[in-house]
Amino acid sequence: MSQSKNKKVRIALFDFADCEGCQLQVTYLNDQLVGLLEHCEIVNFREAISERSDDYDIALVEGSITRKHDEERVKKIRENAKILIAYGSCACIGGVNGLRKKFTQEEAKDIVYKGREFPIDVGEPRPVHEVVKVDYFIYGCPTNNEETIKALKSILIGKGYTPPRYPVCVECKLKENVCLFEKGQVCLGPVTRGGCGAWCTSYGNTCYGCRGLLDKPAQEGQMDILKKNGYTLEELKQKFETYNLCRMMGEQNATEKS
Amino acid sequence: MQQKNLNINVDYLTRVEGHGDIVINVKEGKLEKCELQVIEAPRFFEAMLRGRSIFEAQHITSRICGICSTGHSLASIKASEDAAGFTPTQQTVLLRKLLLHYETLDSHLLHAAFLVAPDALGVPSVLPLLTTHKALVLMVLGMKKDYSDLCDILAGRHTHPITVCPRGFTKLPTKKELQKTKDILTQHVAKLNKIVDLFTTLKLPNFERATEYVALTHPEEYAFLDGNITTTDMRDSVIHPHDYKEVIHEFHVAHSTSKHSKNKRDSYMVGALARININFNKLNKQAKSVASALNFKTPSYNPYMNTIAQVIESAHCLYDAIAIVDHFLKIGINYDEVVSSWPKVDEWPTFKCKARKGVGAVEVPRGILIHEYTINERGIIKNANCCIPTNQNLANIDLDMKKLVPEVLDKSKEEITLLAEMLVRAYDPCISCSCHMLDVKFIE
Repeated sequence: MSQSKNKKVRIALFDFADCEGCQLQVTYLNDQLVGLLEHCEIVNFREAISERSDDYDIALVEGSITRKHDEERVKKIRENAKILIAYGSCACIGGVNGLRKKFTQEEAKDIVYKGREFPIDVGEPRPVHEVVKVDYFIYGCPTNNEETIKALKSILIGKGYTPPRYPVCVECKLKENVCLFEKGQVCLGPVTRGGCGAWCTSYGNTCYGCRGLLDKPAQEGQMDILKKNGYTLEELKQKFETYNLCRMMGEQNATEKS
Repeated sequence: MQQKNLNINVDYLTRVEGHGDIVINVKEGKLEKCELQVIEAPRFFEAMLRGRSIFEAQHITSRICGICSTGHSLASIKASEDAAGFTPTQQTVLLRKLLLHYETLDSHLLHAAFLVAPDALGVPSVLPLLTTHKALVLMVLGMKKDYSDLCDILAGRHTHPITVCPRGFTKLPTKKELQKTKDILTQHVAKLNKIVDLFTTLKLPNFERATEYVALTHPEEYAFLDGNITTTDMRDSVIHPHDYKEVIHEFHVAHSTSKHSKNKRDSYMVGALARININFNKLNKQAKSVASALNFKTPSYNPYMNTIAQVIESAHCLYDAIAIVDHFLKIGINYDEVVSSWPKVDEWPTFKCKARKGVGAVEVPRGILIHEYTINERGIIKNANCCIPTNQNLANIDLDMKKLVPEVLDKSKEEITLLAEMLVRAYDPCISCSCHMLDVKFIE
């Protein structure tokens, strides 16, 4: 984005329904953060600083949008920001918040507020782009600082940012990890968007799909592999649901409508 | 000043984790309303857990809170293991203790140096300290980076740890990594001393309100990962974590989307000050000498001293972490103990475990955290309940504020606001946690 020589780009961070773990990654940037601060200033970061401002260029929005007043808040942020970035999986795809969608709002209210007297907006978990226009997406639960810095640099020099379109497997192979399927474990790597550097699989765990399904995932092939490994249909569905329920229910609704 | 009218609304209290407002209304010198309103969007985690496997409960519940993800992971794993009937090895237990120490150190240092020190030094955030206390700020930033690196070694990352799961670790540190760990921790001894020095010069408000203090306790160690529940009102008796509801009575209030808790009094306190009031004698000698340097004596009824208790605990955790690493440098790590996060495909179709209730109770930075799962023989969670430290403190915070505000009514609105903010911050509340864990009763 264009900027006059002396004026630093003003970045603001906002959080909605989430664990704030992606903001926390920013505090781990350290040296890179100091480098970034030569070109930008952070004007809104509730977790770390008291100062607040409504004058900013880039808004990093973390978390899913759930309630009416959160909707209004993110709309104001959209009006104020020249560039809005959905930061982290809750913001980009709904993330684990989507699991709430297994219940209707009424059910959820009954379950949680049984015996409580005052009304409360339960809200519907949604990724940010379902409420306002999002310019760029930085996926991950949590986000990966290498990618965040790469994306921010690219956005700051006006080039924008396109996240990877290949699966986690590509990065896992580059790390020379033995495939988990070879080791008798199952993994969502083949259908999940890369960019994390095969973080979980490199530390011996499996991929849970935190960056969301690929735009065109080989879902059926993946289901076949998992079935061969003794998983029931219900167990398989659950594996996909952990991070993708917002999208899966959206697609289901779209199919039903058409 | 007796006829004072005061209307304080701190929207979106900053430098705490999560979303909360402070509301204070004084009319004609009389306190009408004084509370911490929790406005965080509820996320229904206990509902989300229904129907999920104990082998993914850690992954899901660590997402309750980015800052407390290690604590939630460990409580979740302990509840899962307790229910399923898995017993972790001694190596696994020690490495989990080490990981929990990293979390406590990281959290306590962030809170003490970046969230509390600015108030005590009269500045709005850590940013102005970059000019006045640059070396110290950079040192603490460096220490935080170190804990992030140490978590990378042991758990893959700090936020949402990867390697910890029921039955053990999916990856174990190499000898070289252990040596690096030792080197980093050893350097932290001198650094921590500088933070202790800073706190010997800082003045925290004088305010006291005796309450009940609740924490885990253990006959052989300062309890963090293991122990039974006790309180200052119970004196020397303890209860098993399974019976936590005998002490932790949860209830709802209108001004908060989080649950509140009490025992026999109207409120109780958990966290560093509660732990230290109960377990002071079990602190290691280095922590005790920090306590004497900071002129800290138990019992302490000043909630602002929670931060001092955190600094003292930091010393305990640091030296205990070094002892654990020394132990493994001496006897080596048994790499045969690496486990898979889920049962492998040859055991999965016939996998069976105990079908019953399990409880995991862990002292996390902000106090006692409990996860309780009821599972079936396939390890599927039928019912879940979680008691969050910040929730347990909310009633106590409200009562502290109600005592504090009338005592300081002669001060300016700005000063009263600051004292109230500092009080809430002293508890180091994690509102993300507190609200994401609303009590959920499943519809059957």
